[in-house]
Amino acid sequence: MSDSLFEKLGGEGAVNAAVDIFYRKVLSDDTINHFFEGVDMEKQAAKQKNFMTMAFGGPNNYTGEDMRKGHAHLVERGLNDEHFDAVAGHLKSTLEELNVADELIGEVLAIVETTRNDVLGR
Amino acid sequence: MSEITFKSHKVTCHPDETLLDALLREKIDVQFGCKAGSCHTCLMKSSDQPPPAEAQEGLKPTQKQQNYFLACICKPEQDMTVSPANDSEQFITKATVLEKQPLNNDVIQLKLKCHDSISFKPGQFVNLKKPDGLSRSYSVANTPNEDNILEFHIRSLPGGQFSQWAKNELEVGEQIPVSEPKGDCFYIPERQDQGLLLIGTGTGLAPLLGIIKDALAQQHSGPIHLLHGSRNKKGLYHIDEMKTLAEQYPNFHYTACVSGEMPEKDFEQGRVNEIALNKINDLKGWRVYLCGHPEMVNDTKKQAFLKGASMQDIFSDPFLVTQNEEK
Repeated sequence: MSDSLFEKLGGEGAVNAAVDIFYRKVLSDDTINHFFEGVDMEKQAAKQKNFMTMAFGGPNNYTGEDMRKGHAHLVERGLNDEHFDAVAGHLKSTLEELNVADELIGEVLAIVETTRNDVLGR
Repeated sequence: MSEITFKSHKVTCHPDETLLDALLREKIDVQFGCKAGSCHTCLMKSSDQPPPAEAQEGLKPTQKQQNYFLACICKPEQDMTVSPANDSEQFITKATVLEKQPLNNDVIQLKLKCHDSISFKPGQFVNLKKPDGLSRSYSVANTPNEDNILEFHIRSLPGGQFSQWAKNELEVGEQIPVSEPKGDCFYIPERQDQGLLLIGTGTGLAPLLGIIKDALAQQHSGPIHLLHGSRNKKGLYHIDEMKTLAEQYPNFHYTACVSGEMPEKDFEQGRVNEIALNKINDLKGWRVYLCGHPEMVNDTKKQAFLKGASMQDIFSDPFLVTQNEEK
């Protein structure tokens, strides 16, 4: 069923429309943007795109282990539930801005929620 | 830990160390430049098996298939046997020096005539090689022409191995090997009513000039804003040329900026990127070109994005200075 979520949202086109808006919100948020200091913007945007594809139920290569390893150095720097919530919140407002239906937003956030423990190394 | 075989040397590459760094650590003579995957000076070929995919970023599909890779961004996953890409793959033609003249105290304009026809997009760069084998990347400042002439703006840096040689020793009539054009900071003739914002420091003007001339030649109708900055007036050049261009083309706007303490008449005071971002408040739908000082380029990339420019519409060419390693 997750494939059809991706299609309902608009597939890769939707991801492309959303990534810039989402990443902009994240970089403008002072509670979390310090985690992105010194990071190569284009490489990070590519990662955001992968993340969004996954969140939209689309084809992706992320495993729980990848999420765990990828965020471990941030967890060491204090990454916690509040930061996770902030990012999820930005994804929600991005989709609202793009006029995505509420149930679909709910499905996306549910997928994101399943990554919480891996991202926070729990 | 992976074992790297390079010519007659066997080197152990530590985890998280790039192949290039491992070779340099062992004082092995190897060509390199930007250490960031852009200039392709450290291009090598893996003889036994495919290199890590990340080490092939930016290479052409034909190069990838032949197992070429960039040593500066290669973190070996297994033992590798490698060799440097040979000259004929790297330097595709020779060029004769036609003209060499100073543009200001530190910058010379170099005009070369290529022996073979060379096709490039204005804004791209090529690698030029000195007789001792050292090569450096320079942006092309002109547009493609029938005579295959390439124009460069070269700043002589203290201790600059190539720039000092170019300034003091290189003579008209001498020949220099030239590489294939590289880089993706160039003009694409789509959305011709789009606003273009071009920001450059020092010799960052070179690629921007090419891009502007290209855009105007292709009848770009949207506003084109060029901001050129340096610490002081002495660091700028082509000031009159840019003013003249602005008079000729109503959609082209030029602002010269000085960031140092002394205010100058006719120049805006402040950092060129700050002045630019204040001038155009909302960059949504704009295309942005950033060339020159790496810090300016990276900072402004982010600021431009936050002001609404789409990631795909931001083109950057940071002029990375190669640190001289001890030989």
